[in-house]
Amino acid sequence: MSGAHVSTTINGDAVEFACPQDESLLDALRNRVGLTGVKEGCGTGDCGACSITLDGRLVCSCLVLGVEANGKQIGTVEGLADGDQLHPLQEKFIEHAALQCGICTPGFLVAAKVLLERNPDPSETEIRYALAGNLCRCTGYDKIVRAVQAAGKEMRKQNKKKAKKKKKK
Amino acid sequence: MRYEAPTTSKAAAELLAAEKGKAYVLAGGTDLLVRMKSGMLEPDLLVDIKQIAKMREISKTASGFRIGAAVPGVEIGEHKALGKAWPGVVEAAQLIGSDQVQGRCTIVGNLCNASPAADTVPALIAAGAKAAIVGPKGRRTLAVEKVVTGPGQTALAKAEIIEYISLPKRAPKSGDAYLRFIPRTEMDIAVVGAGVNLTLARGIIKSARVSLGAVAPTALLVADAAKAIIGSKLDDEALDKLAAACSAACKPINDKRGTIEYRTRVAGVLARRAALIAFERAGGKR
Repeated sequence: MSGAHVSTTINGDAVEFACPQDESLLDALRNRVGLTGVKEGCGTGDCGACSITLDGRLVCSCLVLGVEANGKQIGTVEGLADGDQLHPLQEKFIEHAALQCGICTPGFLVAAKVLLERNPDPSETEIRYALAGNLCRCTGYDKIVRAVQAAGKEMRKQNKKKAKKKKKK
Repeated sequence: MRYEAPTTSKAAAELLAAEKGKAYVLAGGTDLLVRMKSGMLEPDLLVDIKQIAKMREISKTASGFRIGAAVPGVEIGEHKALGKAWPGVVEAAQLIGSDQVQGRCTIVGNLCNASPAADTVPALIAAGAKAAIVGPKGRRTLAVEKVVTGPGQTALAKAEIIEYISLPKRAPKSGDAYLRFIPRTEMDIAVVGAGVNLTLARGIIKSARVSLGAVAPTALLVADAAKAIIGSKLDDEALDKLAAACSAACKPINDKRGTIEYRTRVAGVLARRAALIAFERAGGKR
């Protein structure tokens, strides 16, 4: 099996790795880069546990080859927190107990972040549609939807504050 | 397995033509990589077409729109002019999979995968879409309804690739719509799909195309259904004839998603509803 050299940017940092040409990006991220926040559920694009962003687009990393990441920007759950400061989505998931076993959580967080960037104030229906590609077998989704709503509210508040500060300047 | 990412369509066709083993085109990979993982396919060569600039864009031309073979669903959904001209095609593309799948899946992949239940295919057939094909022997154009020849089978020869799908220039007072029936609200495969595209003149349907999915080995272009509504204001009688023509055209199978009787009935119901939406979008008043 011939290998490929891949140069990519992950959560803002330049990262290089080598992998076989038929290896999934999911396996490369977990086993070669050490980013084990990316989870494998089904491995066939149904469950969303391996969700990442590839050049800003939400994708299942199990349905991307490692070699396809060459020259791309990757975002994983490890890039959500700012140092010790958790992302509002992470804080609200904890507050609302929106997880039990936690396997699906990184995928939900990444997918919810993409949703809130595109639509800062989604309705419950919009949230449920946007997260239809993420499966959770523990919580029954209600707590997850509430956590995303609460995080959206918090992020809108923070953005307003930022906008005000900018105006004063 | 060898992975290649050429930057021109010609180079992609040459790579495919030169390969003696099993060669596949990789665009979104949402079907291909699943099959590779399950061991159904063991490619010797994958040709990734996403580095080919022409295949990555949606462009508006004098003769309509071109949607590149590597354009993901999410970008089709974000293209305002395309959504305005061809809302039925765009809604069909957006029905495929989750947001994660939309980040990768393509309409050409949906077409070439050649599933009888592909969502974009009836919408494209109704729209009169054509596939621009490039291959070792040059270029050719094929109507979308001629691309799929059976479940999992296409009319593409070895090393031929679809470069883009072209949609005709939109006449004024036109509208299209696609509806599919699934037992849930998301993430499922069509039990029946129906696409309707029509153009009005002085409030009356001047031309129409009706296509059905998941009710035969390939998506159907139902000429009798179009005839049933041409010349009408989509009154109840025309709608009844449309539904009857659609049901009569069905040659479905029994499977876990639906029975023959059920699919036959639902095809008429969905075509009727899609026609009403397309008519309203064209600015028609019943």
